[in-house]
Amino acid sequence: MSTSDVTPQGVQGERPGREAVTGSAAVLDGDRHRAPEHARSSGTQEVSETEFRSYYGQPILNQIVWEGRDIAGYLFLGGLAGASSGLAAGAELTGRPDLARPLKYTALGAVSGSLVALVHDLGRPARFLNMLRVFRPTSPMNMGSWLLAGYGPMAGAAAVTGATGLFPRIGRAATVGAGVVGPAVAAYTAPLICDTAVPAWHEGYREMPFVFVGSAAAASGGMGMLTAPLGQAAPARRAAVFGSALETAAVARMERRLGMVAEPYQSGRGGALMRTAKALTLAGAAGALLSGRSRVLSAASGAALLAGSACTRFGIFKAGVQSAADPKYTVVPQRQRLREKNGEQEEEGAN
Amino acid sequence: MAIDEEAGGQPGTDQPRMGFFTDTSVCIGCKACEVACKEWNMIPEDGLDFTAMSFDNSGGLGADTWRHVAFVEQREPLGYQETGVGRPEGEPVDLGMPSFERPGDSTGADERGEFRWLMSSDVCKHCTSAACLDVCPTGALFRTEYGTVVVQEDICNGCGYCVPACPYGVIDKRADDGRVWKCTLCYDRLGDGLEPACAKACPTDSIQFGNLDELRERANERVRDLHDAGVSSARLYGDDPQDGVGGAGAFFLLLDEPEVYGLPPDPVVTTRDLPSMWRYAGIAAATLLAGVSATFLGRRRR
Ligand code: SF4
Ligand code: SF4
Repeated sequence: MSTSDVTPQGVQGERPGREAVTGSAAVLDGDRHRAPEHARSSGTQEVSETEFRSYYGQPILNQIVWEGRDIAGYLFLGGLAGASSGLAAGAELTGRPDLARPLKYTALGAVSGSLVALVHDLGRPARFLNMLRVFRPTSPMNMGSWLLAGYGPMAGAAAVTGATGLFPRIGRAATVGAGVVGPAVAAYTAPLICDTAVPAWHEGYREMPFVFVGSAAAASGGMGMLTAPLGQAAPARRAAVFGSALETAAVARMERRLGMVAEPYQSGRGGALMRTAKALTLAGAAGALLSGRSRVLSAASGAALLAGSACTRFGIFKAGVQSAADPKYTVVPQRQRLREKNGEQEEEGAN
Repeated sequence: MAIDEEAGGQPGTDQPRMGFFTDTSVCIGCKACEVACKEWNMIPEDGLDFTAMSFDNSGGLGADTWRHVAFVEQREPLGYQETGVGRPEGEPVDLGMPSFERPGDSTGADERGEFRWLMSSDVCKHCTSAACLDVCPTGALFRTEYGTVVVQEDICNGCGYCVPACPYGVIDKRADDGRVWKCTLCYDRLGDGLEPACAKACPTDSIQFGNLDELRERANERVRDLHDAGVSSARLYGDDPQDGVGGAGAFFLLLDEPEVYGLPPDPVVTTRDLPSMWRYAGIAAATLLAGVSATFLGRRRR
């Protein structure tokens, strides 16, 4: 008999060398996958970088449970609020009240909206205040709650005193305070999402804060262009150009550095949103450069910048979801890391 | 959250750190652990699905699955299954393979008998550096006196941050409840001097509960025995206090690469990079502040 057969007495006629016990590595598939190490030393072709094994293609990570509308919306509104406060403070200090006022309202509206989104996303919204039960620097969400607890009232006081004209000194202090804390509000949301095991987010932690503050500056600049008279909107236009440039450069750098983990930013709905964001942001920035004389162009560019910033946040959110859903993005980089670690050890051993 | 990797459960007490050693080489895939866990912890039913991948019907760990038995079917020319390997004192027992037809009927003669099953009961790793615990903004997750990681369900506000933070995909949110749930290493039973329900129910001692130090010793011995018996693919997973999560409180003996069982090959606690993340965020915030300020510089046209 040339092949083996299963009989009531067990397996019969198996070829010699096939009596390996379960798990003997010599015949394991796993060894073939570990081949690159040997392949490299013997100079043969390396196995393709994206080849990997998994448990029936099932994801390794549990999927992000955040609602895209709530949390991507939160990221967008938080950025808009923070950067708007910064612009509003500058406008107030340089005597541009018609730019400062709408931006103060924007900041209050956006931070309120972001808070609503955050609470709405909780499984137990009534327990929202548990966020302030501890002070925990290892949790960006906890730090963010404290930050918002400090920033929110200042943004509120700035807007209310601006609208009513009451307590001008307190109003000015609140405006400046919110303007200084605002950038932190715009930036902290990057560690918030990067401090997870989601590959597309975690691996991008170096560039993400710059993407976020760039996007925030573009959005607030856009808001200024949309709401302030042309004569006072020059700083808003410059902020829009600055923010768009920073965001575009940071996204490009992040995608280049992430390698295969950047795929979710380029494909699927995440990719489509990121491309839309880029088009809107660049169009808005071009408009900002040209719109010194046209109210209509200024407003349209401002709207494009706001939409672009929102698309960036939704795109990044969606890319995170895509990267968590595919075990490839978890396994391949970790395997790579192990290979490098083992390689180093071997070198050390050889020395 | 520094707990002593070598000995300690809680610093300052003599309570040793407790954990699980799951020896998948003897797992028979009976799912007694899954059932015992559900029963004891009163976990709601979460769908009687058939995944159609294998004999796995619970898919993976989640809010309502705190023990998950993975079934890996490999059509590899490995020879026949032999149980009892590396246990010279016991008689090998042939458990056969459940099937609806005679084994090998539907495959070519060439493939018959050359097949193996890997079964593994997965669980929360109770990491030494636990990402879920680090990122929890409410302090709902905490480190017990046994060195385990437990959610306090009266504090969790369901923010869901811990879910994507866990590098193993363990903790998850229960949709109709709004809070997150995971293995507690039967915190309530430990307090009464009992072992966790899964370990109690496991008929093959694939799940072993005990003092983590002892378990690590026992595991190393078991790997040596298996290697001696020719099972050269046996390796420990999660036992090394130098790994990315500082060593797991629940570790495993596997017969193939971790990713084959749905486990990450080199998990790292996400908060290891957090100081660096804060630094980059600080620089970015300063950049924004400087950039916005700069927009007000220069000549005013009107
Ligand atoms: S395995 Fe996941 S859920 Fe369990 S302690 Fe580690 S990080 Fe937390
Ligand atoms: S969902 Fe609950 S346990 Fe998880 S991080 Fe939020 S508050 Fe903590």
